[in-house]
Amino acid sequence: MKSSLLIRMTAAFFLSSSAMTYAADKPTDPQIAHIAYTAGVLDVKVAEQALKISKNKDVLEFATNMVTDHTAVNEQALALVKKLGVTPEDNDVSKGLVKQADAKFAELSKLSGAEFDKAYVTNEVAYHHAVNGALADLLIPSSSNAELKSLLETGLKIFQGHEMHAQHVAEALK
Amino acid sequence: MRLIIVGAILASMVQSACAHPPQTVEIKKLVYTAAEVTLHVGDTLEWVNKDPITHTVTVKAGTAGGPWEIIIEPGKSVKRQMNDAGTVEYYCRFHPNMKGRIIVLAK
Repeated sequence: MKSSLLIRMTAAFFLSSSAMTYAADKPTDPQIAHIAYTAGVLDVKVAEQALKISKNKDVLEFATNMVTDHTAVNEQALALVKKLGVTPEDNDVSKGLVKQADAKFAELSKLSGAEFDKAYVTNEVAYHHAVNGALADLLIPSSSNAELKSLLETGLKIFQGHEMHAQHVAEALK
Repeated sequence: MRLIIVGAILASMVQSACAHPPQTVEIKKLVYTAAEVTLHVGDTLEWVNKDPITHTVTVKAGTAGGPWEIIIEPGKSVKRQMNDAGTVEYYCRFHPNMKGRIIVLAK
């Protein structure tokens, strides 16, 4: 049942940001920590790809910002799980995120120049939008620990900022 | 002699009444606090970044004194003297959901 829900969440990350209800069951704090951490790691990976391929000033600045912000948030997450004695638990959503991100990474690696810039930034808008939807609709409401919830709430504000920043960069690329 | 001392005291009082100490805007959890600050032309405003990530104070063209931008690294602070009267709307370019306002009054 839980696995089924988590699989639906994975699909939701990339296919839709529409509000969904998860009343039946919810991920645990160790699963939530793993999902949030994984989402950050994956965005850093694609940002580092952008730093190698892109030559556009706005894209490079955005990618640099993604690396520093997500790294900072994940460092806080690691410190928190250590403090709480929580071991992040791999789960279907984390695995789904990795699989999808690997596919996108391979797709982007075939592009260069303006084509790459557009595809990367478009994906960043969609990725942050989907993750923000999952944070707001599922991960934050499901988290039990107050400190984890607070970190996720701050993370949501940061990632909402990233989504807007990505939109601005996408506009500038047109 | 007494007149000189009284004069010096008065001058000091007048000077301290005109000089406005720098106002501070704290940045924490992606919020500028206070979100709105009122000061006078020539006053200095300081932003203190208490977040672990970099923020900007970005003012677009068409605003009093704009465009300009300052970048504030984590744990750092940056000051800026406000030399143009008017209302200055600003935001963080890296996280555009962060917004602030400065009302700069003429002297």
